[in-house]
Formats: sequence, structure tokens, C-alpha cells
Amino acid sequence: MADLATRPPLLHVARSRLRLRPGQTGVVIAGLVLLTTVAGSLLAPLVWPLDQSAVALDQTRLAPSWTHLAGTDDLGRDVAHRAVYGLRVSLLVGAVAALVATVLGGVVGGIAGTLGGRVDRILMRIVDTIAAMPHLLLGIFIVAMLRPSLGAVIASVGLTHWLSTARIVRSEVLSLRNRPFIDAAISGGAGRLRVLTRHLLPHVLPRLALATTLMIPHAVWHETALSFLGLGLPPHLASLGNMINDGQGSLLTGAWWASLAPGAVIVVVTFAIAVLAARWRDRFDPRVRAELHL
Amino acid sequence: MTRSGRLAGARAVLRRRLLVAVPVLAATSVGMFALGAASPVDPAKQYAGAAAFTASEENLAQLRANWGVDDPVPVQYLRWIGNLVRGDLGWSTSRHEPVASVLAARAGWTLLLIGVALALALVGSLLLGSLAAYRRGGLFDRALRAGAYAVQSMPVFWLGLAAIAVFALALGWLPAGGLTDVTATGTSWGDVAHHLILPVGVLAVSQAPWFVLFVRDAVAESMRDDHVLAARARGLPGRTVLFGHALRTALLPFLTLVGTHLPELVGGAVLVETVFSLPGLGAVTVAAALGSDFPLLAAITLATTAVVLAANLATDLAYAAADPRVRLDG
Repeated sequence: MADLATRPPLLHVARSRLRLRPGQTGVVIAGLVLLTTVAGSLLAPLVWPLDQSAVALDQTRLAPSWTHLAGTDDLGRDVAHRAVYGLRVSLLVGAVAALVATVLGGVVGGIAGTLGGRVDRILMRIVDTIAAMPHLLLGIFIVAMLRPSLGAVIASVGLTHWLSTARIVRSEVLSLRNRPFIDAAISGGAGRLRVLTRHLLPHVLPRLALATTLMIPHAVWHETALSFLGLGLPPHLASLGNMINDGQGSLLTGAWWASLAPGAVIVVVTFAIAVLAARWRDRFDPRVRAELHL
Repeated sequence: MTRSGRLAGARAVLRRRLLVAVPVLAATSVGMFALGAASPVDPAKQYAGAAAFTASEENLAQLRANWGVDDPVPVQYLRWIGNLVRGDLGWSTSRHEPVASVLAARAGWTLLLIGVALALALVGSLLLGSLAAYRRGGLFDRALRAGAYAVQSMPVFWLGLAAIAVFALALGWLPAGGLTDVTATGTSWGDVAHHLILPVGVLAVSQAPWFVLFVRDAVAESMRDDHVLAARARGLPGRTVLFGHALRTALLPFLTLVGTHLPELVGGAVLVETVFSLPGLGAVTVAAALGSDFPLLAAITLATTAVVLAANLATDLAYAAADPRVRLDG
């Protein structure tokens, strides 16, 4: 057994096989966690179908066990099973809402950047003022006026989260405007619309795609907060926020898993995204060395 | 330059900011009113509640006529904004009392929660962030950073529920919610303070990561500045160098961060109040939203925005007063 003792630890072997530097192990773990949770929740209907309306009143508030990994809630529904579907709903809603926010921000930022001058100043002042509004309050206001529903939640995220995209697109367009290839296009006879769609847009699109992706966790948080307040998605639908809200009563009777387990899914996914985003910044923005290495 | 000299531009800045803020706020209020007017909810039926099913159509029509909700939308908007400017915030349809009295009764608790939590978060993050920056890359630094990112990944209401599960239910140290004991007959400050420990702590902890990470980076940066190196070379004790020299340099940009972070703090307070069933603005906001109470929601949203804008202006002025290199011209 001397052989075992001299063998390098498993972790080191794994690292060298994957050609990872010590700081990158966390990135790989985060990537795997994100991949499994996201892919798992999206593919769930194929492998682990859920009846949203099924209840089992003889199995309420069971503690976590091997049959119910995260226990059951006050209606005897399996929390882990519903959390998988909750993540699925939250991710789908988040992705659509993030897309809405990006398109809105892209249009406003694009107009401000291309037209410049007074239009630019006015639009950016509006952006600054809306940035000073607590976006949860504004989001609540929007949902309240449209009545809580799927469309209202998407509108609520879209109308409160477009500001950062507008700023990114504006500054991108401003820096592109003075580049020689734009001058070349204009002197070649291209109109304003053609310059915008054929020359500026292709340059801005990659940034927009990244912004949309990074917006999804924010959108998920916003949706979850609204659902937690009872202002989000319809209550029977398993979304993470609805589950946390539902589980509050169980939590006070000692069944903490009904509320905390679905929330833990958000925490894990958000943390994994934070680790990956820090690594991404390291890689592509050498000026700012991100400090998150786990 | 003297202190008064540094603030010489303050009045001009104030005027320019108001010139921008007032029209933009007015535009925002138009947008909000348009959304309210587009709402599918009938305010008369909403107001009557369950009685709407039995109320006669004449009574409902009388209600609508009394409020003028049948008038053209621009007329309604002008009446609403005119009343706002004159200080009449309107009538809350979900609470059946004037909006102003709802705000007066509730805003104090929310401000108390936000104020104490902000103070705690600031003091804690300045202390912890500086200590982490002192040995950059050390064990404490790494642990604090990992902790900050972890807390940043936790929604504040989840953190609150977890705190209730641990400190109120499992350990039984602190009450799970409310502002006073259920058996209490009056409101004593000791009782209230006891009930506020968890909510204030949760709000402070949930907001601290941004501040901690910022302070840590800024102090770590200024630890390399010439004047800090000179202080170390003179043999000053580490504590003096860290807090007296490095932190002082890093403190100023921190002010602006606090200003831009206020909206986040308000949203967090709404959620924390809901988790701990506190009688602040959070609970009435949610109730107003469920009842589509436009006057109350609009007043809360616009009032917090005005407070945040004022706080931003104040931090900018404070920045200019504290740093002679900054000139006011925005």
C-alpha cells in the first residue's frame, strides 16, 4: 500500500489531466454546476414529468429523505421536483424578459448614440432619472397596473432593466462613429439607415448578446422577488419565487426546506454565474483583474 | 482654497440639477399615469371590493363621477399632478384613507430600518474591507471576498427566511417578526429594538458585499500610493497607516457608491419588511399593488425617487466639499 501514499492526490491528477491552473478549478466546477442545473431543468419534462396540480395530503411537510430529496411542502408535493420546474419557469421567463430589456435598451442607446446632440442628452438624462428609481418599486407599480400575470412580469423586468444596455450600446456606437470604415461607408454614398444596419449593428451585436446573457440572472431575481411578494406568476405555477412564498407558512412550523430549498437553487446558480463572469472579465479585460478565484 | 470657496459652485449646480430633474420627473409621472390609465382595473369596483357585486350601477357611476375617472386622461393627469404639487397626494383606494396619512404613519419605520442598516453596513464594510486590503491575497482577504460573493448571490428575502429559521425557530434567540411582542400592551423602545435586530441585520448583511468589495479594492489600491508608502517608511504603526492614510484616500469615491446604491437598499427594505411583517411602507406597497391602488403606489414611487435624487445631490456636494481636486460642474 506504499504505492497509494506516493500517488499524487486525486484533485491534482484531475487538474493536470484537464490542464488547469490551480485558480481554474472553481471555474470548471461552476461551469459544470451551471450546465447541469440549466440543462437539467430545461430537459425535465422529457425525463421527470410533473403534474402541477397533483397534491398528496397524506404526505405533508415530510423532512428531506432519499425519496424526497428536499422534503415535501404543506400540500405533500415533492419540493425538489417542483424546484427543478421552478428553475425552468424562472429561466424561461428570465430569458424572454432579458431579451425584451436588451431590445429596448438597444433601441434607446442606438438612437442616442447615432443621433447625438440634444436627443442624446435628453435620453441619457431620462436613463439617469429612472436609474434613481428603486427598480423593485417601479416593477411593483408596473405589475400592479397591468394586473399580476406572465406578461406583466415580463413587462416589469423589461421596463426596469434596459438602462445598462442603453448605456453600453450608446458608448459602443459613439466610439464606432468616428472610425474610418464608417466615414468610408458614408463617402461611398450609404444612407443613415444603411450605416446603422450594415455597419454599426454587426459590431454591437456581440456585446448585446453578452449583455442579454448576463441580464438573465437579474431578470430571474426580479421575477423571483415579485413572485415572492405574491405579485408575480400565477400561484399554482411552480416558480422559484412562488415556492419560497408558499413555503413561508411551513417554515414557521419548522419545515424550513419548503422555502429555503427552492431559494438555495437561485443562490447556487447565481454564485456559479458570478464565478464564471469573474473569470470572463479576467480573460477579456486585462486592465481589471477580477479577484474571485475559488 | 477654503471650504466655502470649494462649494462656490453649489448653488449653480443645484439650479442646473433641478432644471433637469423637474422635467424628467414630470415626464416619468406622465409615463406612470399613462400606465395607470391603460390599466384594465375599474377603480370604482376596486374601491367597493366585494360590495361591487351587489352595488347598483348608479352607485358605481356616482363613485366614478366623484373621482372624475370618466374625464379625458389628460384632464385627469393635470388634476392629479396639480394636486400633487399643491401637496395633496390623493386618496388611497386600498387603505381607504388619505395617501399622506399612510405615508406619515409608515415612512418612519422604513426610514429607521434603512438608516440603521445602512450605518451598520457602512461601518462593517469600511472595517472589514480595510483589514482585508492590508494583507491583500491573505487568508482573511480570500475568505472575506468569497463570503462577499456568496452573500451577493443570496436574495435578501431568502436570507431573511434563513435567519428566521436559524435564529428565531431553531435557536429561539430572537422574535420571528412583528414590531412588538404579541402580549405587549404598548410600544416600548426596548421591545422594538429587540424585534428589529434580525431585520436590520439581514438588510445590512445583504447590502454589505458591494461596499466590502469596493472598500477592499480601493484601499488595496491606495496602499500602493506614494504618501502611504512614505508613511510606512517613516515607521508609523500599521493601524495608523491603514486607517489614517490608506482608508482616508479611499473614502471619497466610496461616497458616490453609497449614493448610487440607495435604490437597491429601498428595494431590499420592502422585501425585508414583508419577510418580517413590519408595519413599514413595504407592506402597504404590496397591499396597494394587489389592489391596484394608483395614488398610493405612484406617491411612494415618486417620493422615493425624489429622496434618492436628493441624496445623490447631497453626496456629490459632500464629495466636492471634501476633495479640493473635484470641481462642481455637472
